Amino acid sequence: MREFQYVITDKEGIHARPAGAFVKTAADFPCKISIAKGEKEVDAKRIFAVMSLGVKCGEEITVRAEGEQEEEAIAACSEFLRKYL
Amino acid sequence: MVLKGKSVFGGIAIGTLRIYEKKDHIIKRRRVTDVLEEETRFLAAKEEAKRQLAELYEKALKEVGETGAAIFEIHQMMLDDPDYLEAVCSMIKTQEVNAEFAAASTGDNFSQMFAAMEDAYMRERAADVKDISNRVISILQGGGAGAMEAEEPFILLADDLAPSETVQMDKSKVLSFVTRGGSTNSHTAILARTMNIPALIGVDIPEELGQEVVVGIVDGYQGILYIHPDEETLARYQRLKEAEEQKRRLLKELKGKETVTLDGRKINLYANIGGVSDVAEALANDAGGIGLFRSEFLYLESEDYPTEETQFAAYKTVAEAMAGKKVIIRTLDIGADKQVDYFHLEKEENPAMGYRAIRICLDRKELFKTQLRAIYRASYYGSISVMFPMIISVEEIRQIKEVIEEVKAELLRDGIPYQEVEIGIMIETPAAVMISDLLAEEVDFFSIGTNDLTQYTLAIDRQNANLDRFYDAHHEAVLRMLQMVVDNGHKGGCWVGICGELGADTALTETFLRMGFDEISVSPSMVLKVREKIRSINCNSSAISSPVGESCLHE
Repeated sequence: MREFQYVITDKEGIHARPAGAFVKTAADFPCKISIAKGEKEVDAKRIFAVMSLGVKCGEEITVRAEGEQEEEAIAACSEFLRKYL
Repeated sequence: MVLKGKSVFGGIAIGTLRIYEKKDHIIKRRRVTDVLEEETRFLAAKEEAKRQLAELYEKALKEVGETGAAIFEIHQMMLDDPDYLEAVCSMIKTQEVNAEFAAASTGDNFSQMFAAMEDAYMRERAADVKDISNRVISILQGGGAGAMEAEEPFILLADDLAPSETVQMDKSKVLSFVTRGGSTNSHTAILARTMNIPALIGVDIPEELGQEVVVGIVDGYQGILYIHPDEETLARYQRLKEAEEQKRRLLKELKGKETVTLDGRKINLYANIGGVSDVAEALANDAGGIGLFRSEFLYLESEDYPTEETQFAAYKTVAEAMAGKKVIIRTLDIGADKQVDYFHLEKEENPAMGYRAIRICLDRKELFKTQLRAIYRASYYGSISVMFPMIISVEEIRQIKEVIEEVKAELLRDGIPYQEVEIGIMIETPAAVMISDLLAEEVDFFSIGTNDLTQYTLAIDRQNANLDRFYDAHHEAVLRMLQMVVDNGHKGGCWVGICGELGADTALTETFLRMGFDEISVSPSMVLKVREKIRSINCNSSAISSPVGESCLHE
């Protein structure tokens, strides 16, 4: 399993559009990918779940990947977050 | 009736009001026996909903661009969300209910989750969930999605509008959106901004408008909705709207076009600005440069003498924003009707003819040097010219040049970069006109300030309403002076411009061109109007609309 932490810098937080795009990025990989804020951890491939975290600007999230292509998945997710959020 | 709201986009709309009727889905809970078939029905409807959303995405992409269209992509993803699908399907299976009921209940549950969130933006998303569920339900019920049809353009009043409702509308018919709810993040607001139509939110719209056709006005600048406006209000807004439409038409037709006459004569058409914030309007109206940058604002807005740094920052910002286009900064023109406390100027009997402008600067050299240093420092960042107001003698220019030489020597000594700055003067006193041949030897350009020149020449105070019938902006004396200045300027190698109010008087544009003016500088909002006029003029043709020498004859 691999994971990394990231602090959201977009002033609107993970709003609908980036949530959708993030879910799409995650869906490209066969491994399990999750996103967690505090205690709450959700499946990163489910848009309602990701949006339900309600991640705001300045909050830290943890992205975890486990299984096939986990390394590539982590790289792709981290690149996405740095670029858009 | 006058209702206040919050504007999300400026503009004025006048038209009939229509209240948007939401299509209500009456959903009955039914027991189904074949749950598998019901699940298949739901999944088929979901696929159809996704197909419709894909179409809406394409439509929105064309109409409002990617940002506005993205929501329909999110909606498709929501319809494929495993949590959502599982919730609907398990409800059908375990409770043996119809697909419509399961979709509606699940939609409610999910939208309540969003509605309960702290974040205002996320709360808005509750509407998205309802929207996708309603789409699926419509399909299950065999109905199409409700579109609003109309023959005539109208102002749309609604609680709030879902994205799919707005995209399905015939938007060529919508003049404005006014909603009870909504926020600056809501789809209606975003859509209004992309469509460039006025929109208000948070308006307490009455439940009923009655049966007859109701006219309304939306003032998107002030956030006001008028229902049944009186004739005076209506007329006032009609005029405003016409002015706005003309502006829009000019922009569309003339932005990016050259300022050139039919016979191919080019002229520099610049804008007058009174502060850094006006640059945006000058650029939006396609000004070829700044013909008059009044520097007084720096002094008027301040409690004490503005520092060199403050001034430098303002001049540099404008120079950079204009990206190499000419910026003509006029040095301090305080006194007369513009008073600043910290200057401690004595009260005068006749301030218009008193201690003002260059007279103060030449007396208070440190003040003048501070401004000139700031201007020369900023010259490094663009194409800056400087001009001096209220000149009456050659001696004044020589004194000014001495100060400039000192400033340049200091900058050189301090290793601060600057570029050569074109030096010009305002011609706004009859004295300057009469010796314009001598003045032309000393400077690079003239810019005529017609407001003061007219008042000094006619000895008429513009502020005095009793004198209106004696005042003639096109007075032959003034027109002859203009011609004299152009001729003397050109003989002495100067280019000559006009930056007073008269410059925007399109009845005189042809006269100015024939006189030989090289530049006209007007307020930003007038730039395109003057450009339109110039592009319609042929200086080769003999028909002259308002030549010099004619206006005095019929008086």
